[in-house]
Amino acid sequence: MSEHTENARLGLAQAAYVVARRDLRAILFSKAFLFFLLGPVFFLLVAGGAASVSQKTVENREPPVLAVSMDPADAAAIEVARNRLQDMVDLPRMERVDTGADPAKVLADRSRNYGGVLTGTLDEPRLTGTPESIERWRGEVALTAGVAKGRGSNYPEVTLQPTATSGASAKRSLVGTATATVTLMFLLTMLLAGMVMSNLVEEKANKIIEILAAAIPMDAVFLGKLFAMLGVSFVGLAVWGGIGGTIMAAGGRSLAELTAPAVGWPVFAALFLVYFAMAYLLIGSIFLTIGAMAPTVRDVQTLSLPATMLQLGVFFLATYATSDLGSPVELAAVAVPFSSPYAMISRAAQQPALWPHFAALAWQALWVLLFVRMGATLFRRRVMKSGPQQPRARRWGRARAAT
Amino acid sequence: MNAPLSLSPLTGNAGRPLAIEAIGLVKRFEGTTAVDGVDLAVPEGAIYGVLGPNGAGKTTTLRILLGIIDPDEGVRRVFGHERPHDIARLIGYLPEERGLYPSMKAVEAIAFLGALRGVPLAEGRKRGLELLEEHGLGHAADRTIRQLSKGMAQTVQLLGTLIHRPRLVVLDEPFSGLDALNQGKLEAMIRRMAADGATVIFSTHVIAHAERLCEGVAIIAGGKVPYAGSVDAARDRIPAQVRLETAAPDGPWRAALPADARHEGRYWLFSLPESGIEPLLRALIEGNAGILSLSIERAGLHDAFVHIAGEAAARALEEASPAEQAR
Repeated sequence: MSEHTENARLGLAQAAYVVARRDLRAILFSKAFLFFLLGPVFFLLVAGGAASVSQKTVENREPPVLAVSMDPADAAAIEVARNRLQDMVDLPRMERVDTGADPAKVLADRSRNYGGVLTGTLDEPRLTGTPESIERWRGEVALTAGVAKGRGSNYPEVTLQPTATSGASAKRSLVGTATATVTLMFLLTMLLAGMVMSNLVEEKANKIIEILAAAIPMDAVFLGKLFAMLGVSFVGLAVWGGIGGTIMAAGGRSLAELTAPAVGWPVFAALFLVYFAMAYLLIGSIFLTIGAMAPTVRDVQTLSLPATMLQLGVFFLATYATSDLGSPVELAAVAVPFSSPYAMISRAAQQPALWPHFAALAWQALWVLLFVRMGATLFRRRVMKSGPQQPRARRWGRARAAT
Repeated sequence: MNAPLSLSPLTGNAGRPLAIEAIGLVKRFEGTTAVDGVDLAVPEGAIYGVLGPNGAGKTTTLRILLGIIDPDEGVRRVFGHERPHDIARLIGYLPEERGLYPSMKAVEAIAFLGALRGVPLAEGRKRGLELLEEHGLGHAADRTIRQLSKGMAQTVQLLGTLIHRPRLVVLDEPFSGLDALNQGKLEAMIRRMAADGATVIFSTHVIAHAERLCEGVAIIAGGKVPYAGSVDAARDRIPAQVRLETAAPDGPWRAALPADARHEGRYWLFSLPESGIEPLLRALIEGNAGILSLSIERAGLHDAFVHIAGEAAARALEEASPAEQAR
């Protein structure tokens, strides 16, 4: 038999490559791919809305703080006055910092959420911060300083010292970057997952699945289809990135003008690709398995509703966690495999540490392996379960005949 | 009749290595036993038919043999391998439900099927073009599958099944949907494959195809294989039928006729006695029966099928496609 066994089959990777190559070419050279490329136009509208909502949420949940850097007596008086007024007027939260601290340094501290720094004296208060913050707080500071000086005193004139940025505004920008990235990743994954779910319908409808199953292991079909769609998405990302970059360059803009993610743009971009691949493989392996069990497009549509709900749940968890790093919810989002890629790209936007990403990627890779393995096993068992499907009428007729 | 019989090796093929060996295959689907203790032995180089009505378990048996599904019980070996995927390059398979990607060009479809069996894409395109030319479809090489007629698409798929020059070709109901002309072409192709050394196993519910082509058959009914062996041995299960015409309507020679003899029109019909025809001939001559004609007809595969699988299975076979059975 040795003459029969020499190079007698394709390896798993080779077989998966044959399937992936066919799928990739079929999709890239189809008219439907043009619609796929148009997807971001709609996504940008949704993403813009989501980012706006998210931004408001961030602001509501974690309003910027006014740092008070006055001499101890004045600072204490300010604190007492604020406590007296807070039930009557909506005042900013205030926090005492070292007397004589450099306002620029205080504002640059990204670990705190300072929107402005109050220095000077009760008679001549000085407010340093981003223009929008200090303009908003100007009257409130005058009121508080006036009350702090005592009954009958005039409200002092507040000197404004605008700065380009503050810890709070930088943090808001980073949260915005994180939210936008999470939303982009979610929308891309959602688009792909929908496609991957209906991916096998063509094979089933055209009866090709049996030829594939006879020639190569079903695991290879599963992997080939999964990675073909990932390849399609990378082509899409390259096209969209190229168009976006061209538009930015034409408008004289560059990434350097945007608030850089905490890990820097190059690392962030690399992490985005890796986390996107992880998010897609995790959800895609499940969707492909579910889709493999659906014999028609209608069945796929029916199945896609709960699947979309699952994705939305993951998205909401990740978005909620974005503005609350270190909280139990955020840690849960990091730990849950489906939301972990989203939560971690959000971290990459806001925190410079890289080691958590290695740990998270190892964790996610473990789950990807597990899900792909489970999906392929189920897929193999379910997809070629029985003989050719009989039309319902015929089955019904046979059942009636049997009775 | 319902109990599976032990394997009878193909006549004259003792010692030939087996391309396919199946022992006690069982497959159940949600409480229904689709395949129930199937035994098969297909020698290398044979043309072998799996004969049975729709729903008998033919497709499930072939799927098990190909490794598409695993049996719940039993063992299958293809060229000695229990995992057919391990030798996928040696096997070509045409499923009952034909299918190709509609947007693929004919030559690309053939090359893709070859790639699944390990033929490099460029080589597959080259061989695909040659095969298409050889079968008069060279002009359709760059047409998409959806632009081809059903018959052309079926030919393309068959060529895709053979592009990697398999040593074992498995065809599930290959004749269904083909007109008489294309059925003839397919029969010729099957004979050519066998002549080139390939083993061909095909399922069919049309006895005539099996009778014309096959060296061995497995008769399958209700998931069981009551007979597996040579076509000749199957036909020999039924004694030959004697048709006798005599000048004298009656006489003492009547006592020499076997007990199952019946008179139909001018003829006496009965099974050939175990003792042979000579004693009967002697009695007819001595009794002055006046023999006008006498013929001995060997039982056909259809009669053998009825004898082995039962009337019900034979009726199901005929109901499936009466026109095809007539061919």
